[in-house]
Amino acid sequence: MADQGSAAPGTAVEKREAPIPSAGTAVVRSDRVENPGFPPYRPRVSDLDPKKERQNERRVAWFFWASIIGTVFAITAYIAFPIVEGDMASVRLNNGLLGLGIALALLSIGLGAVHWSKALMDGHDLVEQRHPTRGSEETRARAAEIFTLGNKESGFTRRKLIRNSLIGALAVMPLPAIVIFRDLAPAADPNALLKHTMWEKGMRLTKDPNGVPIKASDVTLGSVFQVIPEGLYDTEHPLEEKAKAAVLLMRLKPEDLHVSPGRESWNYDGIVAYSKICTHVGCPVALYEQQTHHLLCPCHQSQFDITHEAEVIFGPAKRPLPQLPISVDAEGYLVAQSDFHEPVGPSFWERVHD
Amino acid sequence: MRTESTSPRRSRGRGRRSPLASAALLLVGLLATGGVYAAFTTAATAETTQRIDALADEGEKLFLANCASCHGLQAEGTDAAPTLIGVGAAAVDFQVGTGRMPMAATGPQAEAKPVQFTDEQVKALAAYVATLAPGPAIPDEKYLTGEGDVAVGAELFRTNCAMCHNVAGAGGALTEGKFAPDLHNVDPAHIYEAMVTGPQNMPVFNDLNITPEDKANIIAYLTYLDNNSSPGGLDLGGLGPVSEGLFAWIFVLGAVVAVTVWLTAKSN
Repeated sequence: MADQGSAAPGTAVEKREAPIPSAGTAVVRSDRVENPGFPPYRPRVSDLDPKKERQNERRVAWFFWASIIGTVFAITAYIAFPIVEGDMASVRLNNGLLGLGIALALLSIGLGAVHWSKALMDGHDLVEQRHPTRGSEETRARAAEIFTLGNKESGFTRRKLIRNSLIGALAVMPLPAIVIFRDLAPAADPNALLKHTMWEKGMRLTKDPNGVPIKASDVTLGSVFQVIPEGLYDTEHPLEEKAKAAVLLMRLKPEDLHVSPGRESWNYDGIVAYSKICTHVGCPVALYEQQTHHLLCPCHQSQFDITHEAEVIFGPAKRPLPQLPISVDAEGYLVAQSDFHEPVGPSFWERVHD
Repeated sequence: MRTESTSPRRSRGRGRRSPLASAALLLVGLLATGGVYAAFTTAATAETTQRIDALADEGEKLFLANCASCHGLQAEGTDAAPTLIGVGAAAVDFQVGTGRMPMAATGPQAEAKPVQFTDEQVKALAAYVATLAPGPAIPDEKYLTGEGDVAVGAELFRTNCAMCHNVAGAGGALTEGKFAPDLHNVDPAHIYEAMVTGPQNMPVFNDLNITPEDKANIIAYLTYLDNNSSPGGLDLGGLGPVSEGLFAWIFVLGAVVAVTVWLTAKSN
């Protein structure tokens, strides 16, 4: 303000002196940098020019007026552009305009307040010390007195039976929480759940999402099928079963496959089935490149080489994707020979590593 | 000999035709029917056959001039490019119709660019390649209308396509510079052909995996995405955490920094 008034700047705020450190705790340093203090006060244009001061005053007022306009706008828009049921565009318009109005209303109050304090309120710098946390001697004595009195009246230290039984009751009280939270974990041993999927001998491979069984002849070279087990949606928890049993089915030229001993019968004429659950942290791996035969996990860019039994060729995954042994039944449909021979998905504590 | 000499006489006398005569009559009848039928059918299909032949001939010329240097004179393939025998008309219509072929330069994958041929020439090339061996044909118009069950199409898209092409069809990165392209405003015929033929590293989704009706549903979903803006407002390309994170880091944090600077700066 141009007129500083009668009070000296900064006197509206209560100030405290810095506490004097008790003897023996202060380190006196001789090389201490001297506090340079504040730079000299630089008058602002609104301090010097009454015209500018009025201009700034109007500006602050305009901010507050804008806030009122924003509020009115929000109410008007909410009524003028109602939400029409089933029309997502109307929800967007309604919410958008409402939000715009409220944002203008709140932001303008804030901007006006800041501009007011910066351009018009007293501009002198001052230091405001923190309040000391230690209470006065009188307050401390009074507090101790209340405690002693409370102890005397309740007999907390005298009546040991009550005290100890209360401590015991408080100690036991959280136990129900442990029981409750224990039940958040799977009721049965989770290891069995993690080590097995619903695939079993003779179970047909069906298409995700419609559950149509797949014939070996349907799977042409270069094809990819997203596979779920037959009868998945008849199980009690289809999504949990799917999260473990999801499989990717591909057909390669048989000569492109490098089959390790013991797995010769796991593919059918170049058709191979691998778990879709990444061995890193369990994302669905389904980005198959039909020419390079690489399978990419979109989460952390692990790459698996399908020609080499899904071995990891890049990225954070540690183990190859488990292979589902498949064959065909009498009608030509692809079926599983068994469950996976190892747990699918990411590692867990009890998983036996080979 | 006697029987031979008396036999025709006797038969004439009784007014009966010889067995040879009925055989001859049958032959004449068959020849006449067959001949007339053949004449008629030739007349009816001559025009079509001729047109396809002419188209394929035209396509062969274009092929020899533009494609044979990499794909071989008989489209048998070379070290530089795969064989085109059996890829079908659909593959040609997709690769040439989107400008991916002829390739401008070898790279991680052939990229879409301005189409090098007229529609007629593309159809001619497709017709020529289709004559080499059976393969997927250019899809029927009835699957390309963009009408269908959008919800079914969306579910199939999320199951089979979204992992590479992004759930909003915005495309995504693959390995070593390859990528799944953006599917917005792509010609429905090209979407269909890509599914049937599996261009480059895209897997094949044959009609037994995704039926033609379901392919039409997927096209309906993509058409829906083209015609309806995101209900959430500005979708920043639908790229998910990448573009949204960049927006938050650059613009939102930038705004926070700017406001902080303004708050603490002294008024002049």
